[in-house]
Amino acid sequence: MFYREAGQFKTSYAADMAIFPIRQDRIAMLLLLAFAFAGVPLLAAFHVPPFNSEYLLRAIILPFLILSLAAIGVNVLIGYCGQVSLGSGAFMAIGAYSAYKFNTGIPGLWLPPLPTLASILLGGLMASIAGIVFGIPSLRIKGLYLSVATLAAQFFFDWLFLRVKWFTNYAPSGSVSAPELSFFGLTVASPVEKYLLALTFVCVFALGAKNLARGNLGRQWMAIRDMDIAAELIGIRPLAAKLSAFAVSSFIIGVAGALWAFVYLGSWEPLAFNIDRSLQLLFMVIIGGLGTILGSFLGAAFILLLPIALSQLPAAVGLKISTATITHLEFIIFGSLICFLLIKEPLGFARLWQIGKEKLRLWPFPY
Amino acid sequence: MAGFGSFLEVLISGLLAGVLYSLVALGYVLIYKASGVFNYSQGAMVLLAGLALVRALGFFESQGIPYAAALVLALLFAAAVMALTAWIIERFILGPLVNQNELTLFMSTIGAAFILEGVAQMAFGSEVYPLRMFPKDAWILGEAYFPGGILINKLDIWGGVIAAVLVAAIALFFQRTKTGRALRAVADDHLAAQSVGIPISWIWFVVWFAAGLVALAAASVWGTKLGVQFSITFLALKALPVLIIGGFTSVPGAIAGGLIVGAGEKLAEIYLGALIGGGIEYWFAYVLALSVLMVRPQGLFGERLIERI
Repeated sequence: MFYREAGQFKTSYAADMAIFPIRQDRIAMLLLLAFAFAGVPLLAAFHVPPFNSEYLLRAIILPFLILSLAAIGVNVLIGYCGQVSLGSGAFMAIGAYSAYKFNTGIPGLWLPPLPTLASILLGGLMASIAGIVFGIPSLRIKGLYLSVATLAAQFFFDWLFLRVKWFTNYAPSGSVSAPELSFFGLTVASPVEKYLLALTFVCVFALGAKNLARGNLGRQWMAIRDMDIAAELIGIRPLAAKLSAFAVSSFIIGVAGALWAFVYLGSWEPLAFNIDRSLQLLFMVIIGGLGTILGSFLGAAFILLLPIALSQLPAAVGLKISTATITHLEFIIFGSLICFLLIKEPLGFARLWQIGKEKLRLWPFPY
Repeated sequence: MAGFGSFLEVLISGLLAGVLYSLVALGYVLIYKASGVFNYSQGAMVLLAGLALVRALGFFESQGIPYAAALVLALLFAAAVMALTAWIIERFILGPLVNQNELTLFMSTIGAAFILEGVAQMAFGSEVYPLRMFPKDAWILGEAYFPGGILINKLDIWGGVIAAVLVAAIALFFQRTKTGRALRAVADDHLAAQSVGIPISWIWFVVWFAAGLVALAAASVWGTKLGVQFSITFLALKALPVLIIGGFTSVPGAIAGGLIVGAGEKLAEIYLGALIGGGIEYWFAYVLALSVLMVRPQGLFGERLIERI
């Protein structure tokens, strides 16, 4: 009834190829962005529930945004290019620690302390370089062998940041604290400011990733994903396609890692980026939907919110269970839901969304 | 460095430790070979088997049953638990996912790992339980030749013996029995195997049960070594490089991979670790595996990958 494109004629190729070809989608997207950028800060400023609580912004929305960004990065590699990597956590760590080093200055290389934005982007660049190096084996190693091989990156960098004290500026405890965040003279300190910062990064990178995936490069990635030999035969260079996917993916993940450390955690140690983080990101893209940007957001929301909801649930219902039992129950329910979702919809939430939209076009009529 | 004697001691202890990794890796190979599923939950299965074993042993002993009988009963109980686990995983997780791609199956086993870890700890407790199935003291060999001799842990020898028995049994099972042949057919192609009348759900149950028994064997050795505790699940991550060095599809490969990783890790820790800082056994096996894969992308003993359009 309300959601159909009758009467919307496309008169140019550009209109046909638009990210949101349907007008209702564009309006909904604009409303969502307006709400996210202006609505939420205003509501928070006027203390309207639920946005008056710092908890919501700081502990739920902020990590959701940053992990969505990381999930977009993982999706570029796994969803679009089909190279399964279990080392995403390591690339987040590289982003975080490089950004930290750039931000505090590297006297050995005559580098003065750089501004926050430059540090974060350079952190992404460093992750990108590491991604290319660890992506080289993908030219020879395929499938599950590759995914286990990427664990080498995960464990190597875990060890590196833990044992080589240079990266932590010889902090005795091994954990480092992010310096004050300032962008072009503006200081980012309150939860709302941090939220807006993360939101800006996520929007810019989501748009960029979407456009890359729609363009020449993205089509090369998808050809490699669907069948790499066939892609090679029709003239796609696997070297360029695979390594560019590794580079772009690691760059986004690295930036997300720097944001995770600087904006969300504040002070961190290598444990924040261990194998569990990699698996969490992998879950996000698979549950959300491989090869979709929307899926990265949906998956991140689900994987992040589920444990929070599960840990709140017994208290909310009024059950009194010991914390150990709750932890075990969380494990069981989380695992069961993952399996359930994989069985019911192996293509993820993005696919469900698509089916829902198809249904909505007809609603309320049967056909 | 005390010269050749200490080198030999490190080498031997490394090789034997490697066999213990192989015990865990065997479980992966079994499931991958038979169903094409890369089973992340093998570590969780080791935990479950170990907890079931040690708790049942404690229970039967507290009932006044002599140790040997209690041990047999506990082993039977743990095997029954693994059979139940195999049935549940087949029935509720893998069964509905027949013909899905590798990645989906892999993710579903991560889900299964979460469930198993939760259930195991809820049912059997989450503390450290000591297990003393095998002797833990050491032999000292060759004192006549080297100062101080070479220390060899009896437990490691037991691990080696168990691994050898398992490999022989698995090889016989795969090559000589009807079920074994059906297993290989299923591994090749789910659909084709189904269409010639192989009961895939039964096959998967058998292979998961077999992997459960391998997990039980691994749990009995590792449980004696470290005590049965949650951190035993991380063995899964230690076994992965073993697996890819040997090749996902090769049983002897799992053993060879274990030997290479075990010896390499210990030697690297002692000789290389002194140069670049300790704790490198954390990642050394993976880098070793990566370099092996660069030369042979299917692992040392894996089946050759033939690619066509």
